[in-house]
Amino acid sequence: MRPKNARIVEIVPETPSVRTIRFDLALDPVPGQYVMIWVRGVDEVPMSISYRNGITVQLVGEATSAIFDLEVGDSLGIRGPLGNGFSIVGEKILLVGGGVGAAPLALLGETARERGVEVSTLLGFRCFDDVIFRNRFERIGDLVIATDDGSEGICGRASAGLSCLNIQEFDQIYLCGPEPMMADVIGRCPGMETKIQASIDRYFKCGMGICGSCCIDPTGIRVCVEGPVIRSDRLVGTEFGRYRRGPSGLKK
Amino acid sequence: MDNPVILAAGILGTTGASLRRAALAGAGGVVTKSVGVVPRDGHRGPTVVQVEGGLLNAMGLPNPSYRNFQEEIDIGRGGGAPVVASIFGSGPREFVEVAEGLDADGFELNLSCPHAERYGSEIGCEACNVEEITRAVKECANVPIWVKLTPNVADVVSLGLAAQRGGADGVVAINTLRAMAIDVESGRPILGNRFGGLSGPAIKPVAIRCVYDLASALDIPVIGVGGVSNWMDAAEMIMAGAAGVQVGTALGSAEGYGIFRSITEGLSAYLDRKKMALEELVGFARRFS
Repeated sequence: MRPKNARIVEIVPETPSVRTIRFDLALDPVPGQYVMIWVRGVDEVPMSISYRNGITVQLVGEATSAIFDLEVGDSLGIRGPLGNGFSIVGEKILLVGGGVGAAPLALLGETARERGVEVSTLLGFRCFDDVIFRNRFERIGDLVIATDDGSEGICGRASAGLSCLNIQEFDQIYLCGPEPMMADVIGRCPGMETKIQASIDRYFKCGMGICGSCCIDPTGIRVCVEGPVIRSDRLVGTEFGRYRRGPSGLKK
Repeated sequence: MDNPVILAAGILGTTGASLRRAALAGAGGVVTKSVGVVPRDGHRGPTVVQVEGGLLNAMGLPNPSYRNFQEEIDIGRGGGAPVVASIFGSGPREFVEVAEGLDADGFELNLSCPHAERYGSEIGCEACNVEEITRAVKECANVPIWVKLTPNVADVVSLGLAAQRGGADGVVAINTLRAMAIDVESGRPILGNRFGGLSGPAIKPVAIRCVYDLASALDIPVIGVGGVSNWMDAAEMIMAGAAGVQVGTALGSAEGYGIFRSITEGLSAYLDRKKMALEELVGFARRFS
């Protein structure tokens, strides 16, 4: 598909470096799917979807900086939704997110709750000021927050909050956030590899499974089409948690 | 090679893992993404846009440099199929540097990428360059050398003949057709590089014609590439004169890696039905000239 034109109808500052942008276009994703956002004249980058018509963007580089310069009424090009999202499994689920990784989990949690699934959430942020979507998660179930500096909730990573929970009682666990955090959670849930779904971040160029820039070693999983959500048993023994590749294909 | 269906250059060939996966999925050989002297990030996005009947891309030769690529070739070989390294450079010296720096089962000289300044078709559109570069690489390498040709010229056969004079073991035709798409809402070219190369079903008839002409004029084998999406396309390419067929854009279809097996099985069933060997099919259409 060619990029569809999407006009910005609302911009919500979530923190100084995170903004939600809503469009005049319904994306209607499966939670966990992503869109390729074309900032005309700048670049095209993948973004996870946080609302049926919106994305939540963290300021990290040139393209996101250009997105932050946009105002209501401006427009972007959108390809998608793309990829495989989360599949809702069981009656009782746990969401574990870190930072802006909370964004797709909020949409997932709301969708699951609508279907009568019991939702608990564990979120990690750097500090109190970085907390996003607190109300969205509190509305759908229990919420535990951890911060690196202890300024809110438990002190430590989101995974530190796992000890407050009886992990075995969850039918499925959903992860989105920094890779070391996700790898840590998977490591702390031995024997549950087939019950954990993780949303993986890799360098996407094409978004259609042909360029190879997002492939995972050693299996060659194409994250942009087979993911971004991958069940954690497919991540065991891979590069996940150890390295990734940049635009040239160099490992970093 | 066990079977004539090969992964085309530039598709999923960035990592050894994906080359290996293509081989395990049934590719008879795999060609890497093009590798050059220094690491390149490639063009800004969008790098790909879907258009009528195909795909337009301007990746911009992203690669980690040959100095960081031997490991990927070695991992790719674990799939059991020959790994051909696609290489590019700005002239004979760079091509030779890359070829001497890599141990591969063959080299495919990218003299045809249509959207990278100083590389690809910018030099490969001149027969004298094709001959000189082919000869230089042939002299330093002891594995088969294929030359991938650009269709963005008046006479692709003259380029094929130049490759043959330079000592090529085969030519690969065709690379993408120079093309462009414009976003009507903003008036901007969609690709970050503004223009790029068209691949997919839309270019298959052009590829068939090029392969037919090349196979008629050359003594060395022609490998057909351009819009092959199923076994019938592969059979058509072979009947035009291709000794082998490369598959690229079709990897992006729902079939994914399964495309290799579906093409080889379809071809086998066809040959059985026709009671023919693959060799008899090569250039079959030329008997009606």
